[in-house]
Amino acid sequence: MKYQTEFRDPQLAQLQLAAIRKAVAGQTRRLTLMEVCGTHTMAISQHGLRSLLPETIRLISGPGCPVCVTPVGYIDHAIALARRPRTLVATFGDMLRVPGSSTNLLHEQARGAQVRIVYSPLDAVRLAEQQPQTDVVFLGVGFETTAPTVAGAILDAAAKSLANFFVLGAHKTMPAPMAALLDDPELEVDGYLCPAHVSAIIGADAYRPLVERYRTPCVITGFEPLDVLQGVLMLARQLVAGEAKVEIQYRRVVKPGGNGKARDILQRVFEPCNARWRGIGDIPASGLQLRAAYARFDATVQLPVAIEPTREPAGCLCGEILKGKIRPGDCPLFRTVCSPENPVGACMVSSEGTCAATYKYDAA
Amino acid sequence: MKSDLILLGHGSGGTLSHRLLDELIVPLLSGVTPDEQNDAAILDVAGQRLAFTTDSYVVDPLFFPGGNIGDLAVHGTVNDLAMAGARPLALSVGLIIEEGLATSELEQVLQSMRRAADRAGVAIVTGDTKVVPRGKGDRLFINTAGIGLVAAGVDIAGNRARPGDKVLINGTIGDHGMAVLACREGLELQSAIETDSAPLNGLVADLIAALGTGLHSLRDPTRGGVATTLKEIARQSAVQIDLNEAALPVSPAVAGACAILGLDPLYVANEGKLLAVVAPAIADQALAIMRNHPFGRQAAIIGEVTAGEAGRVRLQTAIGGLRAVEMLAGDQLPRIC
Repeated sequence: MKYQTEFRDPQLAQLQLAAIRKAVAGQTRRLTLMEVCGTHTMAISQHGLRSLLPETIRLISGPGCPVCVTPVGYIDHAIALARRPRTLVATFGDMLRVPGSSTNLLHEQARGAQVRIVYSPLDAVRLAEQQPQTDVVFLGVGFETTAPTVAGAILDAAAKSLANFFVLGAHKTMPAPMAALLDDPELEVDGYLCPAHVSAIIGADAYRPLVERYRTPCVITGFEPLDVLQGVLMLARQLVAGEAKVEIQYRRVVKPGGNGKARDILQRVFEPCNARWRGIGDIPASGLQLRAAYARFDATVQLPVAIEPTREPAGCLCGEILKGKIRPGDCPLFRTVCSPENPVGACMVSSEGTCAATYKYDAA
Repeated sequence: MKSDLILLGHGSGGTLSHRLLDELIVPLLSGVTPDEQNDAAILDVAGQRLAFTTDSYVVDPLFFPGGNIGDLAVHGTVNDLAMAGARPLALSVGLIIEEGLATSELEQVLQSMRRAADRAGVAIVTGDTKVVPRGKGDRLFINTAGIGLVAAGVDIAGNRARPGDKVLINGTIGDHGMAVLACREGLELQSAIETDSAPLNGLVADLIAALGTGLHSLRDPTRGGVATTLKEIARQSAVQIDLNEAALPVSPAVAGACAILGLDPLYVANEGKLLAVVAPAIADQALAIMRNHPFGRQAAIIGEVTAGEAGRVRLQTAIGGLRAVEMLAGDQLPRIC
């Protein structure tokens, strides 16, 4: 694939690393840089980038994995729907193993519930067309990158007058949680590596209010190893110079104004709402809910079910990990009780979760 | 959460599969210790060493680019025998057919099996056929078992990797898993990915003839991929294996499809690949033999065995970073073989 080998060139990586070392030479203060995107979490671990950076630069992961930030109560709701007769739950694969209060979708599937992995919400619409006697519920999680495709699927279902397609929505938006984390006095984030594809939709300008209010540098960064290294370099240079601005490293995709078309379709179908983030709590205007005109596709409204009382997993520190306060190795459950095949918290489940990435890739 | 039910992940070839084997199946049925578990059992019969293995195939869909369930079922069992250093002699075939399968499709599968067996030089000598009611199976499942002979002096096993040994693979990784996935999910890729399904007994015979006892371990990285298979060898031999990502052959189509789907080719199944652990002095010779064979043109030396930490696998990433390699957890892709 074009754009893959070009951004993994070891010689260029050495040049970037030398520039980073030069930028922070003589600095004694440690710079803590947070990424808020599951794909960054993965890329950093998968390519072993931490092992290459100087000790004065610390990379931490924030609430960027859509599966991980989805609260337990949502999983319980999805499980209750999966147990409903003549109902099929369609979802991206990572949601299957996320523990709810007492079970997960994978176990419900083994017990006979209809759960299907799909790669696009449009596949769920197709399932609804093929099975008119079945209520098909798509689990709508994710940020501004996936929400437009869900909006598109709802418009498609509306155009086809489908009465058996529903969405259980828990969409989240950026950059509200980034501001919420900067309000937390216990947390020190010096700069943000901003998500690549989310920013392609919302645009670089979306981060300006945050940078102006908190004076925290933001660099929108691509996913390939050389992208990440350059993003780190740009943040380091801003911090050493005492600057705080929004910069775009990922210029081949991200524009200051973002993608107007995708935002239009989002706004047509969704409106902002308060949202609950696992580990962080409720953040005003950080989620998306269906507009009243599309309420007939809202599983919460149309398919009432009894949901079991929410029970957070005992001892799980996912919340602290999602806020970047601790690294997975600091959690007593990590690698002892909690592992990818026996996950306690969501961060170990999703392939983009901080704990899963650390378990899989970081040398113990 | 501990599982009181069998999950799809128990069939993934990764950690859940290993746990099911170690905690339930092996203790109840055989008791063979983990470091003796290989792709085939070796039985002493009247002074001869007989290799014996079996495998079941549940791939969905039955037909995919470059192959179908029939040739897959022959190649898989032939390869399991070959990985034990055996010359395959004969196969059995068990067919479990769902009511309603088109006879023409079954015929097509059987013709592929016959061709694959002829190509591998192995006879299909016995079999069994069952039909289950519609809805009680999924079109067609196939079980094959095979026997082979291990020549005197051949000693190939997962517990024979030694510090200093080199690790080789006979070509690109991840082709089979991505071919089946792309076909099943209707992914529209720029260039179609074909399965690498192939009989490896000829290549193994060449390696054994030239390398003798310098050939320490052989294993085909099927479910769980190269990562899981090397982790098995590192554990069985109590050694560390260091891999070099830049040396790992991955076709551009597989790399692209994996990038789009967020999959790591190191964990994607292969059906015509083998990992060979060989003494360092003969590594270049082994590479030359592989590259000289039709199923090894893109062979590469991808890593080496070190004393390091027993059971550990590390990867030097293409840009120079260092990371751990673990077994596949959960089921990356169900029903690919």
